Amino acid sequence: MLGQRLNVDAGSFFEKIRSIDYLLIIIILILGIISSFAMYSTDGGEFLYHTKSHILRFGIFFVLFLVLSFVQTKVWHRIGYIFYFVILFMLFWVLYFGVTASGSQRWISLYVFNLQPSELMKIAIIISFAKFYHRTKSMEVNRIKNVVQPLVTLTIPIFLVIAQPDLGTAILIAGTGISVMWLSGLNLKYFVYSFLILMVTAPFAISLLKPYQKLRVLTFFNPDRDPLGAGYQIIQSKIAVGSGGVTGKGFLKGTQGYLEFLPEKHTDFIFTLFSEEFGFVGSIFLLILYVILIYRIILIGFKNRNYFGKLYCFGFASAIFIYVMVNMSMVLGILPIVGSPLPIMSYGGSSMLATMMGLSIVMGCKIYAKELIA
Amino acid sequence: MISFGDNKISKNRTINRRMFILGAAKIIFLTGIVGRLFSLQISESSKYKYLSDKNRLREWKIPPQRGIIEDYFGNVIAANDQVFQLHIIPEQVENFNYLMLRLKNTINFNDKQIKAIYKKKSKQKPWETLIASDNLTWSQFSKLNLFLHELSGVKPVLSIARNYPYAKDLVHVLGYVGEASPSDINNYEFIKENHVPGLRVGKTGLEKALEKDLIGKYGIKRFEVNAYGKRINELDFSSGQQGKNFRTTIDLEIQIYAQKILKDKSGSICLMDIYTGDIIALASSPTFNPNSFIHGIKSEEWKEIKANPLKPLINKSIAGLYSPGSTIKPLVALSALEFDVIKPSMTVQCKGHDEPTELYGQKYHCWKEKGHGFMKLRNAIKQSCDTYFYEVARLLGVDRLSITAKKYGLGNELLKGFYFEEKKGIVPNTKWKKNTLGRGWVLGETLITGIGQGYISSTPLQLCLMTAHLANGGFRIKPRIVDDGSISFEDIKAKIENQLYETALIPNLNALEDTEPKFLEPMFRNHENIKFVCDAMYGSTNELYGTSYSSRIEDEKYQFAGKTGTSQVKRITEAEREADLKISEIPYEERDHALYVAFGPYKNPRYSVSILIEHGGTGSSTAAPIAKKIFKKVINRHQEREDIRKKRGQII
Repeated sequence: MLGQRLNVDAGSFFEKIRSIDYLLIIIILILGIISSFAMYSTDGGEFLYHTKSHILRFGIFFVLFLVLSFVQTKVWHRIGYIFYFVILFMLFWVLYFGVTASGSQRWISLYVFNLQPSELMKIAIIISFAKFYHRTKSMEVNRIKNVVQPLVTLTIPIFLVIAQPDLGTAILIAGTGISVMWLSGLNLKYFVYSFLILMVTAPFAISLLKPYQKLRVLTFFNPDRDPLGAGYQIIQSKIAVGSGGVTGKGFLKGTQGYLEFLPEKHTDFIFTLFSEEFGFVGSIFLLILYVILIYRIILIGFKNRNYFGKLYCFGFASAIFIYVMVNMSMVLGILPIVGSPLPIMSYGGSSMLATMMGLSIVMGCKIYAKELIA
Repeated sequence: MISFGDNKISKNRTINRRMFILGAAKIIFLTGIVGRLFSLQISESSKYKYLSDKNRLREWKIPPQRGIIEDYFGNVIAANDQVFQLHIIPEQVENFNYLMLRLKNTINFNDKQIKAIYKKKSKQKPWETLIASDNLTWSQFSKLNLFLHELSGVKPVLSIARNYPYAKDLVHVLGYVGEASPSDINNYEFIKENHVPGLRVGKTGLEKALEKDLIGKYGIKRFEVNAYGKRINELDFSSGQQGKNFRTTIDLEIQIYAQKILKDKSGSICLMDIYTGDIIALASSPTFNPNSFIHGIKSEEWKEIKANPLKPLINKSIAGLYSPGSTIKPLVALSALEFDVIKPSMTVQCKGHDEPTELYGQKYHCWKEKGHGFMKLRNAIKQSCDTYFYEVARLLGVDRLSITAKKYGLGNELLKGFYFEEKKGIVPNTKWKKNTLGRGWVLGETLITGIGQGYISSTPLQLCLMTAHLANGGFRIKPRIVDDGSISFEDIKAKIENQLYETALIPNLNALEDTEPKFLEPMFRNHENIKFVCDAMYGSTNELYGTSYSSRIEDEKYQFAGKTGTSQVKRITEAEREADLKISEIPYEERDHALYVAFGPYKNPRYSVSILIEHGGTGSSTAAPIAKKIFKKVINRHQEREDIRKKRGQII
């Protein structure tokens, strides 16, 4: 039995190739292609910096994704905590030596490109949590010690990211961490209590926000309060999406984007631009791609035989879902504007790196589905 | 091992269950997003499409083109000429200070112009067109085009601007245009609607009064702009509509001639067709150049115009108020005859300054020191005897006089709707004085009103109309400056002759009522009275001892009949009367105004004229000789005028 398992463990190269989830790869490629076209549109229909750089990054990270797919899941399990601490160290580093851009200090200069460790923390938190809960026995999950430890693990990076300041990423990290904790079987009462505590402390928390963040929250509730100032982004974004109609204005014909009414059109508001040009049909198509992507990840999780891989896949699927939902809700005016990129679509190296790395671990889970981790 | 397995199974069960719950939650969120997309892109799409267009489209107005104004013969007197403008779009200029330096060096802008450009720039948005100059010379324009490649953000533009080819001679008829002021824009809806930066609108005269029709309709250029307002594409163009053209009744040649006569004088000449009411000349002096106002007048020039004591800005023909003096005597005589107060045979002895008319201790002198002796009405008009008219006025009373005076055109605006600056003048009566001054009428005031002094005041055009009314046989006409083709000379002439035939049989008592006569309504009770007065005016000009005998023309073709007037600007003191100074010895401002009204040709009259020379001395010496020139001129041109009139009549 054991030997047989080991055999599978060290399965032949062709078996590995055969067990690759090709649908997942196709979805990723389609998203990559769509994002390249969208980027071409943000450059005003010319093959300029953003487009070139985006395609280059996608290419490099896609190769990286393929390579890392063959890393055994147990390797990820082994380095789980180290990975977390390295990124945490980077977050501390950023706090003091980081590169500043548009008012926040988020990046580490690596000469070739600037790395945003908070993006990688999104993945690190899932891996470290997956490792933690993999090792924790079912009945011990709800012990105080086992509740406090992950909470601390989660809270430290969140505060570091908020301090940058980068509320958007902090919320995404928190959301990811909480989903993984939920999946691990943490008692429902903790979630109910925390929710109640959150409700009570929310006003105090808001008073601690930076002025511009407060403004965003206020603006969210009433965008017409200051249509040319803080409300401008939401209003222009809604105009762009709404004016797209059923079939959109056509590729490269989105006036809101082309005439520069859209803010941050190549990063956080890429969906707005896409939606203006391709309309309701295009938006739903994009949404379906993401749904399939998430569904495939969950499916891989289900079929995985080790708990670490399962929890990781479920956690990562939830994370992707949260990213997509938060980004779309934001640009559609359902949530306040917080900086949050749309996975793969948005321009941004670190975000793409984190997503592709996360996906490669998922792919690893598929390839080494039957691997057991002690 | 078993416990490990149990643990594993329960853990897997938990995670799968929880994943299902999470999956369900995800579907709910996903539905929310899809619903939101549906509401934005399908339900409310049209609203957002509108907002998106509002975002990206900007319209620029193209200045409307003003209508053209012509004289009676179709000569253009207010034209639209091509001008060379310099537009700057500050946003596109790399270095504004350097550009100013270049303008200074290459096309010789002076410091004042440069300063004005900076001032304009500070007042507008950087992407809005700044009109740095709108009257470049050809050499400046061509030089600019030569250096254009070095100057970004600079645009030499061909545009259209008002031009007055007969500048000074017609300024009082036409008025002038200038840049629309905030009050112009706020007060007139049609200016607001058509306004573009740099739009010129009428400031005075016909240009102002006819603005609504002259202004035209703006054109539109529709551009696609980006979020910063920068133009990206031109999408649409509509050229707008030129304003309505107008043909005036002015005869350019006579108008220029009249202005020439008035050169170096202060005064007015009005010439009118006594049937159609066409104003053939409306001269006023001194004048100024309206072209100076089009591109903003220089402050020195403006100060000079303002400081001129002869008041060049005032159109004296319609906005100058003067005592009519003796020119009103035919009207006083007519009024007295009509009301049956006197008979032409009434005799009054004028004893001159030895024994002036006395009333309540106040003396009323005749102008003639030695007196006229025994006078009857015809002679009193002919020789302009004041003493006689004191008596006529006393018998007539001011209220009855005012009825006649108003009917014949005094005390009313004649060109309402064509000149905002026109004055009404005053035709006093007892009620008027009570209402405006709060005091009762005094009989002495009646006496001086009888010789056209005192409260009574009129514009030269009113005197011209008064004379026209007498000359056409006492029928109400309406003066007009714009020839809209609505009146035909033949029609009017026929109607008047018809009514003359009718009124010969029945006395027209309407003439004695204080009512406003209708167009072409007879304003006399007995036509013989009109004839009598006209005959007396004939005597005044063409018979020995007449006051304007020296200005007569014996040739029947040109022969005219008139009445002189000399209006005092101040009360003459006893000492001054004794000193009997010559004109040159009196200070200019205290000299009398010289007036003359006349119609001609005497047989079969067609034209009436009024002449006023401010502080010109006596009417007979200064004003009457001018009438002679005017009649010569207009009657020489009569055939030409008739030809064009008939030609137009045939077209209709």
